Parts: sequence; structure tokens; C-alpha cells
Amino acid sequence: MSESLAAPTPFEEDDAQVSRLKLSWNLLRKHKVAMVGGLCVLLFIVVSLGAPIFAPYDPLLTDLDNALKAPSIDHLFGTDHFGRDVMSRIIYGARTSLLIGVFSVLIAAFGGILLGLLGGYFTGWTDTLIMRGMDIMLTFPRILLSILLIAIIGTGMTNIMLAVGLFAIPTYARLVRSMVLVLKETEFVESARAVGSSNSRVLFRHIFPGTLGPIVVQSTFLIATSIRVASGLSFLGIGVPPPTPEWGTMLADARTYMGLAPHLITIPGLSLMAVVLSFNLLGDGLRDALDPRQRT
Amino acid sequence: MLEYMAKRLLLLIPVLLGVSLIIFVSIRLVPGDPAEAMAGEFADEEYVAEIRRIYGLDKPIHIQYITFMKRAFKGDLGRSILSDRPVLQEVTKRFLNTLILASWAMLLAAILGVAAGVISATNPYSRFDYGCMTGALIGISMPSFWLGLLLMGFFSVYFRWLPAGGSGTAMHLILPVFTLGITGAGIIARMTRSTMLEIINKEYVTTARSKGLTDPKINYVHALKNALLPVVTVIGLQSGYLLGGSVITESVFAWPGLGRYIVEAIKLRDYAAVQGSLLFFALTFAFVNLVVDLLYAVLNPRVRYGSSK
Repeated sequence: MSESLAAPTPFEEDDAQVSRLKLSWNLLRKHKVAMVGGLCVLLFIVVSLGAPIFAPYDPLLTDLDNALKAPSIDHLFGTDHFGRDVMSRIIYGARTSLLIGVFSVLIAAFGGILLGLLGGYFTGWTDTLIMRGMDIMLTFPRILLSILLIAIIGTGMTNIMLAVGLFAIPTYARLVRSMVLVLKETEFVESARAVGSSNSRVLFRHIFPGTLGPIVVQSTFLIATSIRVASGLSFLGIGVPPPTPEWGTMLADARTYMGLAPHLITIPGLSLMAVVLSFNLLGDGLRDALDPRQRT
Repeated sequence: MLEYMAKRLLLLIPVLLGVSLIIFVSIRLVPGDPAEAMAGEFADEEYVAEIRRIYGLDKPIHIQYITFMKRAFKGDLGRSILSDRPVLQEVTKRFLNTLILASWAMLLAAILGVAAGVISATNPYSRFDYGCMTGALIGISMPSFWLGLLLMGFFSVYFRWLPAGGSGTAMHLILPVFTLGITGAGIIARMTRSTMLEIINKEYVTTARSKGLTDPKINYVHALKNALLPVVTVIGLQSGYLLGGSVITESVFAWPGLGRYIVEAIKLRDYAAVQGSLLFFALTFAFVNLVVDLLYAVLNPRVRYGSSK
């Protein structure tokens, strides 16, 4: 069986996968706004990974004599109510957000893709059971489910990832299922089945690759949403527990000092918005490049 | 149409039963014993047992569920363990507050979103279009609690024009409504614009234009009517989002709504209150979805007539 069967693209070349990537990259490169978003995302990742190098101070070091100081040369973003350096906390907070964003989306993608593939491919009662389950999950606003789960399993990094990730599963399941329903009727799947490929081979080797583009697009948007939801939970006081630098928690703390130290509100909020916006911009560009059906 | 409605209503039953079961079980998984919490730190065993008996917490879990469902059908959601008032009474009061907030926010989002989307689509790549779409993207990316805090900082702390929190007057509504509505407006604007653009390029619009119809007539009668379909869906989905978003906005502005109530009840392990309010939320959400689907069927005959493959 030749590899080109696996790629549901109009390309007849042997290296269909490679040329598809190249084509997508060329499309993405033309999308200037998306490239800016992509660069910001890259910057965000570099800053997060290199937090100990970039942070000028220890983000947990308190200095009550210098509490609530406005931005200065010593502290570019000022200090908070414990005299901690805000810039260092923002940098380490980026790491927290990136970890939660990426891992919660991985959880959601793993569960959702699997359920979507199974539901779309086997239909019948498997499908009914899975999609009804997804419907029930979608009956609630996501943040409420996350709050409920946190009430059960408690706060903490891993639990937040679970609480944010689990409830994004339906998004993937629905997306993948709808694509599988279309893909499994195509000729290349039919021919794969005709030469005697097993169900799992057809599903993972032939159908799954065709769903990847929209999955990547969806994941980019979902990382943005997850970062926002997670910081919302921290803002409510049920997210990442206090000493860990987290932008939502920083904003919640800043409420008390709103009149005294407005930089405590503006800086973490701006960082959060910039990151969410960058992922959304990148997602817009990726959608145009990878998901031709949704091109706007 | 009637058949479709009946089918949709019947489908609600298993979903709601599933939802109630999940709510019921998950609440019982929350660590901590509510009877002990109520009795206080220094209560003896007997007193705790007494409380357990009164609230039916000593029965096996499936019996508790059946009792809960039987009562729920009669409109009795139990008493709040902490405030000792009927949950239904408390929940409806809180829910009305959330409804007021969410409805105004929805109205703001729909008007702002559809208007911006239509004008952008009819003047694509103009300055207005770029401005609107940038605004929409920022609206989507801005965490609502940060927007809320910024508005509060400007209008309550700095200018002292509007109250920073609480409820009672129309003035109290302005900031929370704006905070809640702006994200929805962004999403609706983007959706309206892209659907309108798609439709404006369709053949029947070209036909209408070649017939010599005026631009406004083409845009508003032919294009907008067809663009409304996905827009209605998005608005419907947004209503659910607004209910969820209200949790955070209500916390920012100390608005006495259902979202804040649930968060407090979960933190205090008030079983009856959490159960009741979540069930209420689910019912509302399911109802909103149903209305959206029916509206969809009214607007789009293809949905009405069964299985379109």
C-alpha cells in the first residue's frame, strides 16, 4: 500500500505529506498577522522555558519595605503587596500558564480524538453513547464543571490541568467525529478496506491523518481558552494555590490595592491578554493554511 | 414541525436524567462530611447522627437519589444546609439576578455584534472593517475578569461615576453587563461578518443585483436573512457561555447571582444548594439549546424534514 493513500489531498506525488506541509507553511507565511501571533507565542514559550535566566529576582522573595512600589529601574514592573518583583512573577507566571495550557489541551485532545474516531467510525450504539455523554458535558458551562471537579479533587497544578482539560474533550470529539463521518466514505478509505486492512489500521493510518489539520487549528484556539479559564479559576481562588506565581491569582490579589498600585492590575492582565491574543491570531492563520473548508 | 418539537423534547429526558445523576454523584464525591460540618467542631456523635437522619444522609446513596428526584419533580429541592432556607426559593431569587445580568449582556452582545459584523461585511477591507475586527479579536482575547477590573478601576475607583459592586440600581448593572457582553459581541461580530461575506458572493445575491435591486435591499433582505442562521446558533451558544461567564463576572462585581452562589456553595459543601442550583443551570441551558434548535428549524426548512445526510 502506498503512502499517498494516507493523505486525503489532491496530490499525486510520493512525498504528499511533505509537500502538504510546505504548502501550509507558504500559506501561513503570507498571513502576516498570524506570523506576528506565532512570533509572540514563540517568545512566550522561550520566556517560560528560560524563566530562571530571564527573571531578575526570585519570584517568591518578599521585601515588605519595598511593597507596592511603582515601576522603577530596580523593578521594571514594580513590586506587589509583599514587595515581590512583579516582572519575575510575570515571567514565572508565563511558565505556569504555558504548562497548564499545553497539558490540559493534550488531555482534551487525547480523550476527544479517541472518542471522536470511535464514534464516527463505528456509529451505532458506540456513537450514541459517546455523543450523548458529550451532550451531557456540553449541557453545562465549562467553567462550572471545572469548579465542580476542583471541589472534588482539590486545587493544585495537576488538578487544574485535569479540570480544564477534561471538559474540552467534547469539542475534539465532535470535531473529529464529523470529519470521520465524511472521510470514511471516501475512495481511499474504501480501497484500504478492500485490500483487507483491519479496522484499527484504517482508522489510525488512513482516517486519522486526514483529521490532523483541523485538530491543530482547534488546539491552538483551545490553548488560548484553557489559559484564560485556568487563570479565571485562580482568580476565583480555586486554581493554582498561592505561592506559585500565576497571573489570575496576581490579579485577584491586586483588587485590594487597585487605587494604590494600578500597575498590579494592568501588567498581569496585559500579559494574559497578549498571550491569549497571540494564540488566537496564530490559530486564525493556521485555520486559513490547514483547514481550507473554514477559510474566511 | 410538531413532530420535530416532540422528538427534541423527548431527547431532553435522558440528557436531564443523566445530568441529575452526575450532579448527585459528583456532589457526594466532594471530600468532607456535611453533617459533621453542620454540627460544628465540638458536637458529639449523637448530634451528628441526628443531623444525618434529618437530612436523609444516613440512607444508601441510590435511595437518596430516588428521594431527591421524587422531591425535585414536586419542586422541592431540599433546604440549604447552611442558611436553612428552601433551596428552590434561594436559587430562583439568585437566578433572576443572573437572568437580568445575562439578558442585558446578551442584548448588548447581539446588537453590537450583528451591527459590527454586517457593516464590516458590506464594507470589507475598509478602515471600519479592520477597526471592528481588531476590536472583536481583542474582545475575545480579553479575560472578562481583567476587563471587569479595568472598568472598575476607571469608572469606580478613579472617576467615581459608577458603583464598584453590589446590586439594586440600574447603575450597578452597567459595568457587569458591559464586562459580560463584550466577549459575546466579539464572537458574534466575527461570525456575522464571515457568514455575510460568504453569502454576498453567492449566485442568488448576484441575481438580485443583476435584477437591479438596491444595495440595502440586497444586503438586508436577501443576505442578512440567510446569514442569520449561523448567527442565531452562535447567539444561542453564547447564552450558555454567558451563564458560565456570569460566574466570574458576578464574583468581580459582587453581583448576587446564581453563578456566585454556586461557587460559594461548593466552597462550603452545601450539598442541597449545589445540587439544586446546578440542576437549575442545566435545565436553563438545555431549554436555551432547545429554543435555539427550534428557531433553527423555523429559519431553515432543511433541518425540519428529518435526516439530511
